[in-house]
Parts: sequence; C-alpha cells; structure tokens
Amino acid sequence: MTIVSDKYKTVKPEEVAVWFKAAPVTAFPKDGGACVKYKDLQIAVFNFERLNTWYACQNLSPEKQEMVLSRGMIGDHKGIPMVACPLHKKTFSLENGENLNSDLDPIAVYPIKIEDDFVYVGFSE
Amino acid sequence: MKTILVVGNGMVGYKFCEKFVAKEESKQFKLIVFGEEPRPAYDRVHLSEFFENQDAKALEMAPAEWYAENGIELIVDERVADIDRTNKTITTAKDRAFSYDYLVLATGSSAFVPPIKGVEKEGVFVYRTIEDLEGMLAYAAKIKAKNPNAKAAVLGGGLLGLEAGKAVMDMGLEPHIVEFAPKLMPRQLDSRSSQVLQLKLESIGLNIHLSKATNQILGDDGYITGMEFGEDDVLDVEMLVVSAGIRPRDELGKNSGLEVGVRGGIVVDNKMKTSDSNIYAIGEIALYNQMIYGLVAPGYDMAGIAVEQILGKADALMPASIDMSTKLKLIGVDVASFGEPFMPASKGHSIIFENKTQHLYKRINVSLDGKKLLGGILVGDASDYSMLHQIFLNGMAIPEDPAQLILPAGEGGGSFGDVMDLPDKAQICSCENVTKGQICGTIESGESKDLADVVSCTKAGTGCGGCKPMVKDLTEATLKSLGIEVKDSICEHFDLNRQDLYKIIQIKGYKTFNEVLDNHGNGGHGCELCKPVVASLMASINADTANKEYAIQDSNDRFLANIQRNGTYSVVPRVPGGEITPDKLIALGEIAKKYDLYTKVTGGVRIDLFGATLNQLPLIWKDLIDHGFESGHAYGKSLRTVKTCVGSTWCRYGMAESVSFGIELENRYRGIRAPHKIKGGVSGCIRECAEARGKDFGLIAVEGGWNLYLGGNGGATPRHAELFAEQIDNETVIKYIDRYLMFYMRTAKPLQRTAAWQERLEGGLDYLKEVIIDDKLGIAEDLENEMQTLVNKFECEWTQAINDPEMMKRFNHFVNSEEEDDNLVFVPLREQKMPEKWV
Ligand SMILES: Cc1cc2nc3c(=O)[nH]c(=O)nc-3n(C[C@H](O)[C@H](O)[C@H](O)COP(=O)(O)OP(=O)(O)OC[C@H]3O[C@@H](n4cnc5c(N)ncnc54)[C@H](O)[C@@H]3O)c2cc1C
Ligand code: SF4
Ligand code: SF4
Ligand code: FES
Repeated sequence: MTIVSDKYKTVKPEEVAVWFKAAPVTAFPKDGGACVKYKDLQIAVFNFERLNTWYACQNLSPEKQEMVLSRGMIGDHKGIPMVACPLHKKTFSLENGENLNSDLDPIAVYPIKIEDDFVYVGFSE
Repeated sequence: MKTILVVGNGMVGYKFCEKFVAKEESKQFKLIVFGEEPRPAYDRVHLSEFFENQDAKALEMAPAEWYAENGIELIVDERVADIDRTNKTITTAKDRAFSYDYLVLATGSSAFVPPIKGVEKEGVFVYRTIEDLEGMLAYAAKIKAKNPNAKAAVLGGGLLGLEAGKAVMDMGLEPHIVEFAPKLMPRQLDSRSSQVLQLKLESIGLNIHLSKATNQILGDDGYITGMEFGEDDVLDVEMLVVSAGIRPRDELGKNSGLEVGVRGGIVVDNKMKTSDSNIYAIGEIALYNQMIYGLVAPGYDMAGIAVEQILGKADALMPASIDMSTKLKLIGVDVASFGEPFMPASKGHSIIFENKTQHLYKRINVSLDGKKLLGGILVGDASDYSMLHQIFLNGMAIPEDPAQLILPAGEGGGSFGDVMDLPDKAQICSCENVTKGQICGTIESGESKDLADVVSCTKAGTGCGGCKPMVKDLTEATLKSLGIEVKDSICEHFDLNRQDLYKIIQIKGYKTFNEVLDNHGNGGHGCELCKPVVASLMASINADTANKEYAIQDSNDRFLANIQRNGTYSVVPRVPGGEITPDKLIALGEIAKKYDLYTKVTGGVRIDLFGATLNQLPLIWKDLIDHGFESGHAYGKSLRTVKTCVGSTWCRYGMAESVSFGIELENRYRGIRAPHKIKGGVSGCIRECAEARGKDFGLIAVEGGWNLYLGGNGGATPRHAELFAEQIDNETVIKYIDRYLMFYMRTAKPLQRTAAWQERLEGGLDYLKEVIIDDKLGIAEDLENEMQTLVNKFECEWTQAINDPEMMKRFNHFVNSEEEDDNLVFVPLREQKMPEKWV
C-alpha cells in the first residue's frame, strides 16, 4: 500500500497561499463533520457550533491509513476540541492535531474561514 | 554468586520467590526451585474453583515464563530425594545433583489418610492437588453414568471437609459428611454453633453424620461400596474423599537428620532456621512454636522472614503469636471464627445471639472488664467478621454494651465500627500483609484512583480474597474523605451515571443532546463517550431513530451500517427468525452481485453484504426496501436477531412452533435502542438447537409451555442465561421479556450487556424475579407501557432515511464532489473480494 500520509502537512494561518472555496456552511452537520476534496487531498471539516468555530484536518486516520476522520464524533477532552476516529476511537486535537489518548503521530490541521456563508479551507499550495 | 535452592513449588515456595526477586540484593544470588507436581505453583486455597471451569491455568500463581523473566530456574515434575548436609548438595529423583549455599524447604503437607482397613480401594480420594480433583471428576462421572443417584462421603467435618462436601454435591452426587467428633469444624466452633451450622448445611442438601468412627471401608472387586461404623451401622457410598487433616512432608528432614517434631514437621526458630543454619523451612512443613499452621497467611509471613534473613536482616523475626482466624469460603454458608473462639468463663464473658429458625449464631467473648474483644464465632451471617476481626487484632475499644457488636441492625446494633476508625497499622490483608495505612496512603498520594489501582499497587485482596469487602470500603471512604466522589459517571462531561441521565431525560423530556449537556453537563462540549449514551437514551425513551441528530450517534449508527476496517460498510437486512423465502434470497444475491459486495452468513444467521461505500449505502438500501426488506439494526445497540430452530413445524422432536414465536419476538423488539446489543433465541425442545441459553433472552419449549432463560451471552465472557420462569405461555413470555428489557434499559451502565448487568444486580436472580414477576417495586405496568409505546412507534430507519433528502445528505464521501473515496483498494479472495491488508 502506498503511504499517503506524507501528502498531509499542517498549514499555519500565515502560510495560507490558497483559500479553497469548499461548500456552503449548510452542507456540514452542526457539531459534526464532512469531507472536502481538494486536488488529491481529502480534508475533514468540522462545524464546532458549540464553540462557534470551524476546524479542518486530514481525513486520513494515522493509525490505520483509512479515510474516515470526517465521520468521527467531535467534542472536547479536558477542554481541548477533538475528533474521535470512528474505527478505534483514537482522539486528536482539532487545534494542533496531537493524538490525545495514545502516542500516534499527530494529524495535519488546516485553517478555515467563513465568508458569505461559504466554507474556505486554507492551503499552502 | 551464591546459590539458593528452594524445595517445593507450592503457594509458600512461590511466595518466597516473589518476595526474593523483589529485593535489589537478589541479583547476587542464583535461585533454583524444585517442584514435584507437574505444573508451576497454583492457588491451592481456591482449588475448589477448578470444579467450575477445570481451568488449571486460571489458578496459577504465575505462569512458567514469570520464573524465567525473573532469573529463576524452575524445575517441575522432579522431586528432591535427598540432602547431603555435609557437602551441601541435594539429589533429585532423576538422580541429578545440585549444590547450595542456602536451602529453603517449602515442601508443604500432604493429606493425612488414617489407617482404616480398605482405605486403599478405588474411589477413595484425597483433596489436595489438581490431579486429585481430576481423578474425582472422572470417577464421579463414571459412577453417575451407572447410577444417577450415587452417593459420596467426605471423611472429616472440618474446614476442608465441608468444602469438599460442597464440591461433591456440585458434582451431582448425594453428599454425606462423616465426622468423628460430636461437632462440625471442631477446631473453630463450639457445640451450639456447630448445631446451627448443621441445620444450615442440611437445608442446602448436605447430610451430616457426627460421632462416627469408621471401622472399615467396604468394597466389591477393589471398588468402594460403603463405610462401616459399627456392626449394623453402614453407609452405602460409591466414592469417598478423605479430609482428615494434614501431615507435613518432612521426609527430607528426617533422612538428613534435621530436628523434627514428634508428630512431624521440621522444627524452626523465629528466623525460620532449622537445626542446620544453612537450611530454612517455611509454610506447612515448618513446625514453629510446636505448631504446623495450615493456612497461607502465616506461610507467606514465613517466606518473607526467610528472605530477609538470607539477605542478612537479622532483626526480621516471626511474631510469637499467630492469628488463626478463619472464614469459610463455602458458597451460601457464612462461617467464621476469630481470636479465642471458646473461652473459659474464668477469662471473660461470652455474649451469644442465636436464632435457629434463621440458622444464625453469633458469639463474642469479651474480657472480664468488658473493654476488649477476645474472640468469637459467626455462623449464618459473617458480614461483621472483617470489622470484629480488626477490633480484636488491634485491641480497639468496644461499646459499653458489647451486644451492640452482634445485634442485628435496628435492634440496638449495627452501626458500630467504621473502617476509618481503625488504626493505620491495622493489618487489613493478612495474606499480603497490607495495612490500612498503606491502602489509604496509596490513594492519598494520588498513586491510586480507584479500587483496581489500590489492588494492583498494594496487592491487597489478591490472596484468599477475604479482605476484599474491607479494602473496598476503605478505598471508598478514603476517596470520599479527599472530596473525590465515587461515582460511575459516564465521562468527564457529566457527573451523572446512565441511570440518572435516563430519569432526567425522561422527566424533562429533552429532545436534543445540547439541551441535556447545557442543563446537566459540566460546561464542556461532549465527547465520543457521552454523545452515543445520550443518543441511545433518547432513542430508548422517545423511540427516536438514529437519523435524528446523526452527528451524536456512534460510528455505526451515524450511517446506519457497520463500519469495516477500510472505512467501507456492511449491510444486513432483517430476516426475522432466520426464515426467508427463495425469492427474497435470490433478491439478496442479485443485489450483492450488482454492487459487487462480499457476501457471508453471519454468526447470527443473517446475510451480511460487505464492502459498500458511503455513497452506495442508500442505493443498496433502496433496492433492498423495494424487495420488501427492512433495516436489520446490525449496526445498533439494539435487538440483533432472534435465532430459532425449526421447531414443531418440521422437526420430529419439536414441542412448539419456535419459528413463529421467534419471528413474533424479533418483530416486537426490532429497532429498540438499549445499553448494548440484545439477542434472543427460541428452541422447539430441550435439544436446544437454537442455543437459546447463550442469548439475552432464550426460550425452550417444554411440556406445558416455555421455559424462559435470561441474561446469557457469547462474546468475550460467555455466560449461560439463567432459568427465570417455567412452563409459561406466549403471553406471559412477552410480558416478562417486556418488563425485563425495559428494566435493563433503565438501569444498566453504558455498554453493559444483560449478562453483566444481571450478574451485578444486587439481590441477583431472586431480586429480578421479585421485580418482574411479583412486581415488588410497583413498576411492572410502567415498564410494559413504555415497551408498548416503543413497539408501536417502530419505524424502519432506512426507509425513513432514503425518503428524506435532508437525511440523505450525509451519505456522500465528499461534500463538494460526487466522487467516491479514491483511497480504497480491494484484492481478490476466493472468488470474492476483501480490503487490502493494513500496513
Ligand atoms: C482445598 C483446600 C482449601 C484450602 N483453603 C484454605 C483457606 O481458605 N485459607 C487458608 O489460609 N488456607 C487454605 N488451605 C491451606 C493452604 O492451601 C496451605 O496452607 C498452603 O497451600 C501451604 O503452602 P505450602 O507451599 O506450604 O505447601 P503446598 O502448597 O502443599 O506446596 C508444597 C509443594 O511442594 C511439593 N513438594 C513436596 N515435597 C517435595 C520434594 N521433596 N521435592 C519437590 N517438591 C516437593 C509438593 O508437591 C507441593 O507442590 C487450603 C488447602 C486446600 C487443600
Ligand atoms: S431444538 Fe428440538 S425442536 Fe428445535 S430443531 Fe432441535 S431437536 Fe428440533
Ligand atoms: S470476533 Fe473480533 S475480528 Fe471477529 S468480527 Fe468480532 S470483533 Fe471482528
Ligand atoms: S486477607 Fe487474604 S487476600 Fe487479603
């Protein structure tokens, strides 16, 4: 199997070169996520309504290399916004991608902005 | 490097190893252990548990690898035959020689078999090793096959004899206890308590014969047929277990000229040294204070002393007086004695409480000035044992009216003695020598957060287990004193358990997760633990399907399908009772072919179609629904299947229409969300082809109706369902299952199957019967009504989903593209396909 994880690198807000217009905000469930396709990348985008914040991360589970994180449940662990992988409930910080309940590699996270009821994901290229 | 040889790998020999390797200095020694038995040391105290599961591994003190990992050489199945003290060597029965610097004898005892004529006959056993038990089981099976009413006797009415009696009874033989003395447990009980115990034992089916001296064992062709006491006094039995005391295995000591006692045992001093200063003796072989202590706790202490002495700690000495308090671990009968159980009137006063109708006897002995507890006996109810034992051990002050210590609560007694009043040095676990201070300390320091931590940090409770209730009480009291609430709250976002939340949601009528979280949460935002619990509760209470608020549903419920390891899904339509028409079967095949799905019959005898992508799920389901299928809820914590055998419609043994009733039940409970999945089974006769007793609810047709079994499951911890009601009709079955499931749904913990719930239910099966059959709580009608509401509101959630464009939005892999997941790779497998292996 090809290792696809190399394609996913965290993008800091100041590194954004492209704001990709993904989908209208109504396409995403409240306090849940959906997956956005950008080039050959799969990005999980979450509407964290309780915090009035949006988050984005790779859709790829670093544990099992499957495209599933957008289907995970979100919430917080000790105040850190997180997503739980639907396969084995590994949890990752939505703020910095860190694995919160074991020692997996962190996942890549991406900036989000909302303009005119549309969701934009920030990429460096 | 110096060499220590340990002879005997029993409980105490093992404990010596464990305590020795825990010491830093042990690295400078080589340790070799010899065991005559074919396996590493096992827990002899819990030997009787072998009858339950015949799992010798479960009794091991430590697996064979443990010895290697700790640098110990373990040699089993090899008896040490001789000691040469002059040259400091030993020789084994296999003629191998080893030399030692220190020799530790832990050869224990063997069962004492009195020299009665005929005692060598086949069918006479002792009760000491796993091999003894295996022999008994095989023999019992043999005689039972010939005579289902076969009798067996136990010679000896002491602690062990009674345990053996219970074991014989559990083997299905008619049990008889034969005791020479005029009372049971002569070392621990006075005559009155023995009488009460006798009544109690007889009430559970043990036959007791006191003051009986056995003259000879009768036999036929070398096999035992009976016991003769007097000329006309004969008891016909086909098996006999001799439990007449123990004899120290001191042959090595005798042969090598070590000092031994007149009635056996190798003499040791308070350093555990024998008459040869390089040789130690510990456990049931050691004669200390002219006594053999037939209990593990003193043996473990001796092991500890020997370790310290060998490492040069001269001040580690065995105390002069050793506590011999005991509690019988016979299931169903409480017996305990502590301190001085029988006390001459010159030394103190006795207070006795007796109630023969309830098989209750309590006696405490207090000092003449009424200030100290000196000992006592408890029969029928030993719940006060731990506390009384501690009061005695620590010489604690007792109430002005000592009767309060044993009077039943509400009659002036009860509340005296809080665990927290014990002094810190009070020894709570005598097996592992753990004090109250150590238990509280590990919690106060933050090292332990709950009972499981305390047990693993201190080892308290890992020996005989008798101290467990007290360890639990202490743990809870300490946590409470630290302001830590001991609650089984569902996660960090709620201080409530599932049962609390159930009530709250029901009363307040909440409809969304946020309402519950905002009104009753801790200010967080929920997580993967509490969201599915709340979702399931709202489904159980309001009959909501998983389509409502899909973002809080568990992984499978969220997409109404079972997520598989590559992120694709499997699809299982309902096939009630396993009955399917050929047309529907063909339709399933056609659909599987159309979408290229891997197809397999599940363990629950349904058909599972694997490898569906998110985008394909609604298309597949549309086809299935068009062919008359509905959701099988294989993805939900809800009813899975009711497995049926073909029953009287076809089977020549069938006594009832198991398929028809199975279908009715499956259709009744389909879709209902519960704490965990639920399975049912219906068999048409006692041949039980549907394996109904392995299900949460199971029915077996018998003459005059159904036998209902509740609380079984397969899975990681299999458990047979328990017989709940007999010969009941269809209507009563439904009434009971309605009540049962609803009661379970109201009160279980998250992800707790009925089996685990039922097992932990206070009051057990009897209580369950009181609630469900006798309606002791007055809730039966509510339970039935709630269940009926759920049944009436059933709706196939897949039909609901594919008919609602809003609900359908979620079945797209991408929000901004119609494409499917491009990461999926399948490989061929026996004419079908499977996902590529995980890296
Ligand atoms: C059914 C039953 C229930 C019991 N219940 C309780 C209870 O509830 N509470 C309690 O405190 N105690 C109880 N006991 C007693 C307890 O099991 C013993 O006190 C304890 O096992 C003694 O340990 P030990 O290591 O000294 O002897 P053992 O466990 O007998 O171990 C000695 C080992 O040494 C081996 N050995 C002997 N000679 C040689 C040799 N020459 N070379 C090599 N190996 C040799 C033996 O084969 C044996 O394996 C019970 C005992 C039985 C049988
Ligand atoms: S359980 Fe009885 S009725 Fe059912 S198939 Fe087996 S033998 Fe026949
Ligand atoms: S037994 Fe294990 S591997 Fe098999 S289906 Fe169940 S969870 Fe999967
Ligand atoms: S007293 Fe035996 S395990 Fe604690």
